Amino acid sequence: MSVRFSDRSARLALAIVAAALIALAAAPLWGGRDDLRLLAEIYAYVALASLWNLLAGYAGLVSVGQQAYVGLGAYLLFALTILLDVPALLAIPLAGVIAAALSLPVAALIFRLRGHYFAIGTWVIAEVFRLIASQVSALGGGSGISLPIAIVTSIGASRQEREFIIYWLALAILVAVLVAIFTLLRSRYGLALTAIRDNELAARSNGIDVTRVKLIVYLVTALGTSMMGALIFLQKLRVSPDTAFSVNDWTAFVIFITVIGGIGRIEGPLIGTIVFFALRQTLADLGSLYLLMLGAVAIVVMLKAPKGIWGFVVDRFGWQLLPLERRLTGAS
Amino acid sequence: MTDWINVIVQGVLVGGLYAMFAAGLSLIFGVMRLVNIAHGDLIVLAAYLALVTTQSLGLNPLASLVVVVPLMAAIGYALQWLVLNRTLGDDLLPPLLVTFGLSVIIQNTLQELFTADPRKLQAGNIEYESFPLIEGVLIGKLPLIQFVLAVLVIAALQLIFYRTALGRAFRATADDSDVAQLMGLDNRHVFALAMALSLAVVAIAGVLLAVRANFDPTIGPARLIFGFEAVIIGGLGSLWGTLAGGIMLGVAQAIGAKLDPGWQILAGHLAFLVVLAIRPQGLFPKVQG
Repeated sequence: MSVRFSDRSARLALAIVAAALIALAAAPLWGGRDDLRLLAEIYAYVALASLWNLLAGYAGLVSVGQQAYVGLGAYLLFALTILLDVPALLAIPLAGVIAAALSLPVAALIFRLRGHYFAIGTWVIAEVFRLIASQVSALGGGSGISLPIAIVTSIGASRQEREFIIYWLALAILVAVLVAIFTLLRSRYGLALTAIRDNELAARSNGIDVTRVKLIVYLVTALGTSMMGALIFLQKLRVSPDTAFSVNDWTAFVIFITVIGGIGRIEGPLIGTIVFFALRQTLADLGSLYLLMLGAVAIVVMLKAPKGIWGFVVDRFGWQLLPLERRLTGAS
Repeated sequence: MTDWINVIVQGVLVGGLYAMFAAGLSLIFGVMRLVNIAHGDLIVLAAYLALVTTQSLGLNPLASLVVVVPLMAAIGYALQWLVLNRTLGDDLLPPLLVTFGLSVIIQNTLQELFTADPRKLQAGNIEYESFPLIEGVLIGKLPLIQFVLAVLVIAALQLIFYRTALGRAFRATADDSDVAQLMGLDNRHVFALAMALSLAVVAIAGVLLAVRANFDPTIGPARLIFGFEAVIIGGLGSLWGTLAGGIMLGVAQAIGAKLDPGWQILAGHLAFLVVLAIRPQGLFPKVQG
């Protein structure tokens, strides 16, 4: 008997993913300025939702405060480039590393809270970060700050060149995030995570160091989320405490995307993001009604189909987009 | 010196309000292990209900409690019966995500109906009247009424929990819901009653909040966080501990505001984090959470 990951549908899907990636990388050749902007935004949400899915869907760490790391990444980018003259493109990974380092003491504190209270604890951390950011007068205090022209032009001389670079960066960070999650889930930690997701007590009694695994996931999530946060605000060219630490933009949307697409499955955030943007393009004029409907859809999905759209597809057809499931073959 | 006494006294009085935010939260967590993320938004909803009641019936804000409290209790019973009971189980995710969705829905509905403009309830002269406690320390009548009400609410909850049949049902269900069911309790009904009681407290807190300061549809989450911090500082499962937690939070915020106006809320959060770091079980814990 042996354990295999892939089957035919997964191998086919892998080929499709590779082809799609090449087409997307070539988007500056076939897409207009608006297409690039929309695609970059989609990449950001797929990445943020995939990271939240890893955190909540696999490690059981239900956070409603991931805006803490989006905002932290954004503020670190502005601080590094404006105050310390670090080149913008270097500042993105650096922001990720610093945020990941900061996530360790944060985890030491909030891991003391269990289950539901952990969720609100993460929110408090995000609020603390927001309030501290609005006290830093060198970065504009409560009203925020724009990226100086000199730094903007250092990314690329022409506007078009800058837009291409930011687009490719968004795609690169998304691919890096997905590869990291994929590798993590196929490693021993992935098996441990699946065990924790299914039954934490049983996982613990089988010798899994649950706290250590959760800490690693929290750290990886902080790293990816803050790098994406830095990039999002490099594209916006302006940061303020209220936009960078927005619970609606960086947590509510992300949670709804993951729940609707299918939580606890790597494909879920991708499907959810497609649904989310399709809804947004058609209902954008409705303003706050749109948010209201999104919340209602998420509640109905949670009550009626808790595994989301992709969970339904898997139960029905047994497909998997990426070869993650371990399958036993060759019974002897 | 009297400056600082004044800061602490005002902080204590505000703390009563925070304890009331916390009491409703702690009550449903105790009975059904549910943390209601929409708790703060329900407080704001109560404030708007009070606004509509006072405007349409011409009532004094405090008199509007007669309408708002039963209304919120009914909303609580229906909400639990129709939606939240379906989410309870071993999995943590459904109740969290559903109440998170509710929070977004309540905020945006209020925004549609009442716009984002800040509102306030006018309670008349009582808002400005005060009397000196000692030389240089004035106590406002309204903050004092709020504090006394908070203590009464906590005492009433304590009584309900430990001296009535309803409280016995709450405690039995909290201890072991399966056995409680075997003893003839209908868990769904008990949970719905707990949520109704929680939202009755929320209603009082909401009306007091609306009289004390400006409110708009977006301020709910911050109230949830204050209530949550008071619960953790005070210690899980202890109602009087929750009052102490609310008071500590109020005092920490008042001291922060005295040092620098921008530090008011941050000081409260930091006090919470310090308690979490050195005494994670809270100051007066009753149950292991």
